Amino acid sequence: MKVSYYPGCSLSGTGKEYGESTVAALKILGTEAVELNDWSCCGASSAHSAGKEFAVELAARNLLIAQDAGLDDFVIPCSACFQRTKVAEYALKNHPESYPDLHYKGGLDVQDLLSFVYNKIGLEAIKKVVKKELNGLKAVAYYGCQSLRHPEVTGAKNYENPTQMDEILKVLGADVLTWSYKTDCCGGSLGISQPDILRTLVGKLYDKALEVGAECIVTCCPLCMANLDMYQDAISKKFNKQYNMPVFYFTELIALAAGEKDAVKWFKSHVADSVKLLKEKKLI
Amino acid sequence: MTETTENITAEKKAVFPQEKMENSGPVPENQTQVNTESYQLNNLTPFAESIIQVSGEKLNNCYQCGKCTAGCPITYAMDILPHHIIKMVQLGMEEKVLTSKTIWLCAACETCGTRCPNEIMLSPIMDALRQRALNSKYKNKIGEKATAVFHREFLSSIKSHGRVYELMMMAMSIMKSGNLINFILKFEWVSYLKLLFAVLPKGKMSLFPHNIKKKKEFKNIFKKLNNAQKV
Repeated sequence: MKVSYYPGCSLSGTGKEYGESTVAALKILGTEAVELNDWSCCGASSAHSAGKEFAVELAARNLLIAQDAGLDDFVIPCSACFQRTKVAEYALKNHPESYPDLHYKGGLDVQDLLSFVYNKIGLEAIKKVVKKELNGLKAVAYYGCQSLRHPEVTGAKNYENPTQMDEILKVLGADVLTWSYKTDCCGGSLGISQPDILRTLVGKLYDKALEVGAECIVTCCPLCMANLDMYQDAISKKFNKQYNMPVFYFTELIALAAGEKDAVKWFKSHVADSVKLLKEKKLI
Repeated sequence: MTETTENITAEKKAVFPQEKMENSGPVPENQTQVNTESYQLNNLTPFAESIIQVSGEKLNNCYQCGKCTAGCPITYAMDILPHHIIKMVQLGMEEKVLTSKTIWLCAACETCGTRCPNEIMLSPIMDALRQRALNSKYKNKIGEKATAVFHREFLSSIKSHGRVYELMMMAMSIMKSGNLINFILKFEWVSYLKLLFAVLPKGKMSLFPHNIKKKKEFKNIFKKLNNAQKV
């Protein structure tokens, strides 16, 4: 199967290993990710602050490139990019009169990567590629906000208690723990302008994950990853604690369980040490 | 007052002592208190009308249940609670709303909008208020300048390259945030410098921008922005 793929800005920067592990995991699962030609920024959280129509037009540019690419599935790993693209799709479908220059025919299935893997590839297919189960890895699945909310736009069904990633991780053999903070906000793009808010929100996420006995957090969003992985020193300092919480992308763990050799390289690129935990569990 | 209404009022007071009714939880000292009971909403104020028009959200349907505020992860840092913002917009309290910190602290996580029983999305309302604030006579009294600067720098970065130039965007946001002195004096820069040296060798932050081919086509979209938002 071939799908159109929009990496977005993060996946060539701070979320580099998400981009690489996405392409690798999809390949393992028999899907080729075809990157959109000359894609541009979706506008993220800044464009909608400046103007509604402006934000729709920025994200719609990529939507129209995907339409021209001619593949049925349009897959977006970054939750923020996914949400902005969905908002644009929603606007073009429901209010075409406001965007007379943008001709979107519809029929494109715009999906976040997690939903695509869960719905279109499926747990059975994932089970078949597992060579080495992630036994003993105590993990909580963290979904964040933007691949789910607002459900009218994203189409998410279990937006208060999503389970897709939990189910995938279980198939990989991980010990998936239940917690109540899977869709709580990490602060998103406030991280740069309001570092103290980010530290408060993420510190709470660590505490709640540790409380249920998790040794790592698994995410599907590059902004959540950046916020959870990169500022652990500053967060430890703020709360007078010593956090060292490994954070993974679910795609990295799919590839790891399938025996992908490049996986170690991705883990080494995390800021918080995740190699130590995987060595302890004899997974690398 | 008739006997029956007197009874009801007395009963209400017994169940909800006055101080508990006005204040449902610990409120930081700097938080503005709104006595919503002393107003009556008959007609929409022009301010409310314009925010409804820009956001597309029917905020006049709000009956102050407070569910948005209950689910909001950032209320602890806000000066006005989310459901109070809605009430104040209804009442046309333009200055207080447009100079508040709250409108800039909303992370657009949309927990509020997802749970609202009246299907009001607060994030587009916050967006409309931000645009209005930058276009108003209160533009020099922005409640959280750092966030406004961040959004501006982000847009300026993508306008130049078509994609975000993370390194420069972050540096400019910090430089222009208005908190630079604190950033230096409180040694905040130490943790950022450490982080930079941690991510650069891992190839996770590019020293140079990525440019798209059709930059002109992309830049044209920026013509949609009005003067105050120009980057």
